[in-house]
Amino acid sequence: MSAPTMRLPHRMAAVAGAVALAVCPSRAEAHLVTTGLGPLYDGLLHFVLAPEDLVTVLALALLVGLRGVSHGRRALFVLPAAWLLGGVIGLAGHGGVSLIWTALSFVLLGGLVASDARLPLGATTLLAALLGLGHGYLNGAALARPGPGAVGLLGIVAAVFTLVALAASFVVPLRAVWARVVVRVAGSWIAAIGLLLIGWAIRSGA
Amino acid sequence: MKSRPARAWALGLLAVLLWAPLAHAHVQQGQAAGFFTGLGHPVSGLDHVLAMIAVGLWGAQLGAPAVWLLPVTFPMVMALGGMVGLLGVPLPGVEVGIATSAILLGLAVMSALRPPLAVAVALVGLFGIFHGHAHGTELPAGQSALLYSMGFVMATGCLHGVGIAVGLIHRWPWGQTVLRAAGAVVTLAGVFFMWRAVA
Repeated sequence: MSAPTMRLPHRMAAVAGAVALAVCPSRAEAHLVTTGLGPLYDGLLHFVLAPEDLVTVLALALLVGLRGVSHGRRALFVLPAAWLLGGVIGLAGHGGVSLIWTALSFVLLGGLVASDARLPLGATTLLAALLGLGHGYLNGAALARPGPGAVGLLGIVAAVFTLVALAASFVVPLRAVWARVVVRVAGSWIAAIGLLLIGWAIRSGA
Repeated sequence: MKSRPARAWALGLLAVLLWAPLAHAHVQQGQAAGFFTGLGHPVSGLDHVLAMIAVGLWGAQLGAPAVWLLPVTFPMVMALGGMVGLLGVPLPGVEVGIATSAILLGLAVMSALRPPLAVAVALVGLFGIFHGHAHGTELPAGQSALLYSMGFVMATGCLHGVGIAVGLIHRWPWGQTVLRAAGAVVTLAGVFFMWRAVA
């Protein structure tokens, strides 16, 4: 995750692309989506079309990116590993998309990004592990129903790994104050979405 | 990057965005409507639009760190107000509070007011509660909560961005005059909103 030589327009285009994917208005429970390319790609598409997972991973990547290379490298491997472990457990469990879990993830991660919290390496590692286990479990429980199953889980984990690598390596080399502020503003948006979701979740009893 | 690859990127992103609505072909309905409804909600009322743009204008006038601290604060506090509204907790005088926000923010821009940063943030945060509460109580049932919230927050943030972008003309003398005039317009609009709220 060394500093890439990507020039500014490329970076802005990459950010815009990530935002575009994040806001794709698609089904949240994408186990019903089939690519026709097999369960691995079905799982990958599940992740891309599920904003509750996509935005969470993006927020964590922004957080570790702000904290530096060592945090980014650690999260790059801990998050997918925990996601896989949680998913395997979830394959034998029950559950689905949890609005309150998503909301709390957004508020926590978004708040940490917005405040540019100076977390130690152990804290970001623990955060990555807990998020991976939680979201992985919910993914696994959803995939256990008729859908891509365990192979699909591998597709999801591959997508998680890729997004963390891309987003964190984008943020790590940012030094300009305004560029880091843009990342923090993105964090405040994620936290704001989470706060609204808490209201939705309580109102709907989700 | 040359301009041609940049255009290719832009076209690619545009294609992604245009492609997205095709994902309707799944079992559940209303997801895309949730996002776009959320995106459109903050711009559906002139009182909200003017206040949010005024926050950006004021931030640009104040310069760093207010220029980014105010837009970071407002969406989070507004979402907090939205959450309170969603939960059905009453907040008296919401419409009056919204009108007051337009009047005071307009006055701040018009007079290029430079209070201590904490005061500016507290003021913007207080107004955010009123705007958020109004939005929260108006949120339609049956929408996709996550996608709606994403669209809602993004639209709010973009309105601040518009305010900041316009406010960058503050660096020129003529721009400062234009900004003050814009503040006067927001104030007048706020007076109208107030009259409508109490009439």
